[in-house]
Amino acid sequence: MKTARWRNAVSASCAAALLLLPGQAHAMHISEGILPAGWAAFWFLVAAPFLFLGMRKLRVRSEREPRFKALAGLFGSAVFVLSCMPIPVPIAGTCSHPCGTGIAAILIGPGVTVVVASTALLLQALFLAHGGLTTLGANIVSMGVVGAYLGAGAFLLARKVQVPWFIAAFLAGLVSDWGTYATTSFELSAALARDGSMGSLFLPILAAFAPTQVPLGIFEGFLAVGAYRLIRTRKPGLMDLSTEEGTA
Amino acid sequence: MRAAIVMAVSALALFFVSGNCHARWEGVDEAVVKKFAVAAGRPPRVPYINTDQGDILLFVFLIAGVAGGFVGGYCFRDLFPRNERKEKARKGRTRP
Repeated sequence: MKTARWRNAVSASCAAALLLLPGQAHAMHISEGILPAGWAAFWFLVAAPFLFLGMRKLRVRSEREPRFKALAGLFGSAVFVLSCMPIPVPIAGTCSHPCGTGIAAILIGPGVTVVVASTALLLQALFLAHGGLTTLGANIVSMGVVGAYLGAGAFLLARKVQVPWFIAAFLAGLVSDWGTYATTSFELSAALARDGSMGSLFLPILAAFAPTQVPLGIFEGFLAVGAYRLIRTRKPGLMDLSTEEGTA
Repeated sequence: MRAAIVMAVSALALFFVSGNCHARWEGVDEAVVKKFAVAAGRPPRVPYINTDQGDILLFVFLIAGVAGGFVGGYCFRDLFPRNERKEKARKGRTRP
């Protein structure tokens, strides 16, 4: 009885929230045509070795455990959904999205997370007019590479110094989100700066992201704790599989 | 009690979201990325494959949902294997 009431309350709240959400919203991905050709090519070159390494890791782990490919696909769909889910931030009056790469990195490993994030970004660029094909390399570096490796690094470091799992998972989500947006700021300032004014452009872009991204990063931290706890308590089998070479 | 807290927090969040009349709720790609790109003389161009026309986006979502649903269903037992302990308990109960 109590569970049913609880479920009804949550369903009603979610339905009301969905109805009142604004219809159109986009997010951090750098759109088509913003980066000059040289910078676009440079970020593709930076992303390529990480992508190659991740694909190799995915192949090796799938050969050892066939279920791993399905698990990676599951996390890929989670990253896809989270990274195009607009969340209104009342303080800033704007919308943005979490990235999901932090939690994916601690469960399937940062290398494979780069692959799933790249797939999500490619599908968004091809079919959702979200991001761009020429800016795909830059978006892979910010969300896939930096988000995944920073998230996994924060989790590992926190666990190494005996921090409880929920704080470690929170830090993974938070650091991966803020790291992603800091990298986007760097990419934009590097490409758009004229006559060596990159430093002076980086801070204003970062400051413009901050009102939306500071609360959203904290939200992503809690999201990571929730997802990690759910898998830890409800589906420990998934965690056993993911911990083989993952970081958890 | 927990349900009341959820309802109160949701109501508060919705109050802030819907009450912020001046906000346009645009994404940060508009509010930040586009703003700086336009100022630097590199505005975003129309995507090479623009699905944001009429019902095309709806069609794309439909195809993606169908494909994702079939693949997810096909791999369901790989992702969520049966709980062996529960299965044994269930078999034990049904055994004559």
